[in-house]
Amino acid sequence: MERKQANHNRADAVFRLATGLCASMVFVIMLGILFELYRNSRLSIGQFGFRFLLSSAWNPVTDDFGALSSIFGTLVSTLIAMVLAVPLSLVIALFLVELAPPALSRPVGYAIELLAAIPSIIYGMWGLFVFAPFMSGYVQPALSDSFGFLPLFSGPPMGIGMLSAGIILALMILPYISAVMREVFSMVPAVVKESAFGMGATTWEVTYKVTVRYGLRGLLGASFLGLGRAIGETMAVTFVIGNDHRLGLSLFSPGNTIASTLANEFAEASAPIYLSSLMELGLILFLITFLIQMLAQVWLHRLQKGTGRA
Amino acid sequence: MKNMTTKILGMGAVFCAMVLSNQVLPAGPATLNGAGATFPYPLYSQWAYQYNQLTGIKLNYQSIGSGGGIAQIKARTVDFGASDAPLKPEELKAAGLTQFPMIIGGVVPVINLKDVKPGQLRLSGPLLADIFLGKVAKWNDPEITKLNPGVKLPDTAITVVHRADGSGTTWIFTNYLDKVSPEWHSKVGTDKAVAWPAGVGGKGNEGVAAYVQQIGGAIGYVEFAYAEENQIAYVQLQNQAQKFVMPTIEAFQAAAANADWEKAPGYYLVLTDQPGEKTWAISGASFILVYKDQANPDQAKEMLKFFDWCYQHGADTAKKLNYVPIPQKVYELVEKTWTNEVKSSDKPLWP
Repeated sequence: MERKQANHNRADAVFRLATGLCASMVFVIMLGILFELYRNSRLSIGQFGFRFLLSSAWNPVTDDFGALSSIFGTLVSTLIAMVLAVPLSLVIALFLVELAPPALSRPVGYAIELLAAIPSIIYGMWGLFVFAPFMSGYVQPALSDSFGFLPLFSGPPMGIGMLSAGIILALMILPYISAVMREVFSMVPAVVKESAFGMGATTWEVTYKVTVRYGLRGLLGASFLGLGRAIGETMAVTFVIGNDHRLGLSLFSPGNTIASTLANEFAEASAPIYLSSLMELGLILFLITFLIQMLAQVWLHRLQKGTGRA
Repeated sequence: MKNMTTKILGMGAVFCAMVLSNQVLPAGPATLNGAGATFPYPLYSQWAYQYNQLTGIKLNYQSIGSGGGIAQIKARTVDFGASDAPLKPEELKAAGLTQFPMIIGGVVPVINLKDVKPGQLRLSGPLLADIFLGKVAKWNDPEITKLNPGVKLPDTAITVVHRADGSGTTWIFTNYLDKVSPEWHSKVGTDKAVAWPAGVGGKGNEGVAAYVQQIGGAIGYVEFAYAEENQIAYVQLQNQAQKFVMPTIEAFQAAAANADWEKAPGYYLVLTDQPGEKTWAISGASFILVYKDQANPDQAKEMLKFFDWCYQHGADTAKKLNYVPIPQKVYELVEKTWTNEVKSSDKPLWP
């Protein structure tokens, strides 16, 4: 009996050690990637220094590289995607949880989850062959007719470029964000909502003042999940963004993102400084993602204190 | 029951013997490994299949891109590397490699203009450079109409489409523009990826083709085989002899035949802007890289035998796939190079 107990204890210890090792592997891998990215980009860091971040040069012939156009493209395309996808997801999730009859909300819910399962290359091909012609034929001419005086909507309507990439990204992250938001809303206890209704609040007031407030943390979490996916998305963006290293203010002009540049140029980059610059781009993407996640955590923490809820 | 046991034991013994003999005796058919350029991949894999049917020798070719092929051969993980751009003689010497042309391909400018028939538009080299520099920005620019009397050219903007990924196709195309336009030479230069002064970038031949076909007034460049298979409208190009030529297999072969291979050390010769009345001006060879000093003579001999078979018997397959075979006088030269340069413990491996 005692021996059995000892065996149990030993098994527990082994199990704890094994699971602990598995969990710590996440850190080891992350640090390993960070270290490798840094090690391989040392050449470029040494040669270009801080200027790498501020230069929009990208010339494999003269070996002059800068990350500005890629960083700019990454941030702008992600911003467009977030501006479009977050409000839309919020509305979809609210409708499904609060307003739609179950007979409707369930199939729509499944459809959203299915959307999330479509591989990104399919979005890319659809974007290039279906969406881009639609943009150049209808959306972009309409935009430049009404807002053409803004530099944002100037230039020839090619259908490919920053705006198209942002919209495709929005479509891609929409299912992720709305699926999580739907979960968040459905976890708001019925008692809380019912008591608000009991006090004579309208559906809008309950939604705005109770449901959204209650789930705020989860909603932000959902948004950051989408952000994380948008910022590193590669194939779909590569298809529709137009892959150009010149900086353009217009949303119609072609651009590039860090991920699309890596996907395009890694295979044939042979000069050591070229490879190293691509590695440094990867390092920058890693750091941007890390920074955004950190800021999100801090912000969420503050918010939690503000609403006084644990 | 006993019978059964003996049977199983017997089978086991035979199996063991087979395994052992396989290890002791020299392995029957060899396996050759290569890696590199994506452009000749469809042809190499077809050749490998046919050669395997004939001899049982297997060839694995990984189309990971020319840059990858050069890195792999330098790391000695493959028997040969393949590259669309030739290595400079200095680089070959430093790595102990030798290179030779295996197949010829061409790059063709493709356009999307509604009222212009395929092959109807005529362009010259300097004009093509000006278009890709963004200097000639409208289709009815006098520079273009001058070369195309009678062709209805619209007042639309020219959208330049180039490759977004690094590629041997871009290397050949920019090398041509570099030769025919001093401004291109000083502003852009030759490489597998360059700082494009104008336009949008598509990934791969298919990406460029898709952009060109979707944007009205676009001009891009793709491999000849790709344009031919997908029936994209191409243009006539003026060559060094001032003649306008259509991109055809004969025109590429003319470029290869007229080139002076004998005087090019390490076959460092780019088939752009070559002389000859029938020559297509933007052609290029795809190269094979092997070590001069081979560690395993049997393996190396098998490899050279395969390349020899491709030269001698692979031409029809190549033409069927819209590639241009190497002319006989060129591959005879190449095989002489093998005798002189490819050795194992200082003994020549060929013939």
